[in-house]
Amino acid sequence: MTPRFAPGVRLHHDRARARWIVLAPERMFVPDDTALAILRLVDGVRDVDAIVDDLAQQYAAPRDVIATDVRAMVEDLVARGALTG
Amino acid sequence: MKPPLALLAELTHRCPLRCPYCSNPVALTRGSAELTTQEWARVFDEAAAIGCLQVHLSGGEPTARRDIVEIVGAAHAAGLYTNLITAGVLLDAALLGRLKAAGLDHVQLSVQDADPAGAERIGGMKGAQERKESAARFVREAGLPLTLNAVVHRQNLSSLPRLVDIALAWGAARLEVAHVQYYGWALRNRDALLPTRAQLDEATRVVIAAREALRGRLVIDYVVPDYHAARPKACMGGWGSAFLAVSPSGNVLPCHAAESIDGLVFPNVRDTSLRAAWEDSAAFNRFRGTDWMPAPCRGCAHAERDWGGCRCQAFALTGDAAATDPACALSPHHGLLAEAIAEAGATTFRYREFG
Ligand code: SF4
Ligand code: SF4
Repeated sequence: MTPRFAPGVRLHHDRARARWIVLAPERMFVPDDTALAILRLVDGVRDVDAIVDDLAQQYAAPRDVIATDVRAMVEDLVARGALTG
Repeated sequence: MKPPLALLAELTHRCPLRCPYCSNPVALTRGSAELTTQEWARVFDEAAAIGCLQVHLSGGEPTARRDIVEIVGAAHAAGLYTNLITAGVLLDAALLGRLKAAGLDHVQLSVQDADPAGAERIGGMKGAQERKESAARFVREAGLPLTLNAVVHRQNLSSLPRLVDIALAWGAARLEVAHVQYYGWALRNRDALLPTRAQLDEATRVVIAAREALRGRLVIDYVVPDYHAARPKACMGGWGSAFLAVSPSGNVLPCHAAESIDGLVFPNVRDTSLRAAWEDSAAFNRFRGTDWMPAPCRGCAHAERDWGGCRCQAFALTGDAAATDPACALSPHHGLLAEAIAEAGATTFRYREFG
């Protein structure tokens, strides 16, 4: 699965408040650290496996632990309408 | 002081429709007094610099401006999430494509009723419904997300189930059902627009059932009317707290209807920076926070939840913008609302002419 942002959804750096924020039609939300780490890698090219590889390296963590977290989070972001798979 | 989150850019008061509940001021700005493309571009840059994340491009009809593509481009270049709030009747596929290329993020399309005859009577424009349906298709074909916006009232509430069908048929991901708010032009048509209690209860039932049945397919936002309520609607997170509007002629407003309040002087972007307007102007500071509140709001446990309700409604109904919103059961003027409901029932609208 290759996640991408749903139409009208994007990740934005909110300089005035020094945070990242997801902007979507009629709403916005501040992603938690895990969601943010994933969202920053969503480019419509990387699939979930590639995102897991990237994060496993970034955090020097075991791949299977990361994989479980990433899959759950991607599923959640899809359910919330931020990503499509 | 918190930075603002969203800017409402009222690009023009010109509009091919004549909705009897229009929230634009009763005295409209002429085309010749409108801000220029460059002035809007500066407003967007300043808005982003003080913390705005979103801009709602509205009017009137924003696409009545010939420079709408440049305006969207400028908003996008400033880093703002751009939402076009349109009646759709001036849109075609080519314009939608150019707007998308300029960076448009989202389209909010208004619909006045479910059946064409009703919609065209309410909006006062022949052929409007068909053009709106095409506009929805162009939005979809451009790959942009669509929200359908239905303003509901006494004369179209019975169509609510069919408005839900239209939202689905037209490919909207969201439907916004908003009851009319009574200031400006809508107040002049209140007798024809106020719903009955039974209509309101039925509408709420329809929304709840549709939400349940369409989970995952259509999100329904529902703004309840406050004439039948015991508590006022919260005012946008508080006056001067998260939101600012700029009128077609450049007045910086704490809310889109603020010019309906007599005695407030608004800063103008032609001679004030947006930051100064937000932080230092008398108009923004007048009702900011809770210090300005008289009884019964002063010290009320709800004060930071509803901010004493709507200043524009307080002024429209009591003549005092600092009064507790009469929608609150604790307001000494609360009885005014019951009286208005009892008197409502007119069937004809008062349309305004422009031009
Ligand atoms: S008294 Fe004022 S603060 Fe309290 S509920 Fe009514 S409007 Fe809100
Ligand atoms: S004063 Fe009234 S119209 Fe203005 S933002 Fe507040 S609730 Fe809305």
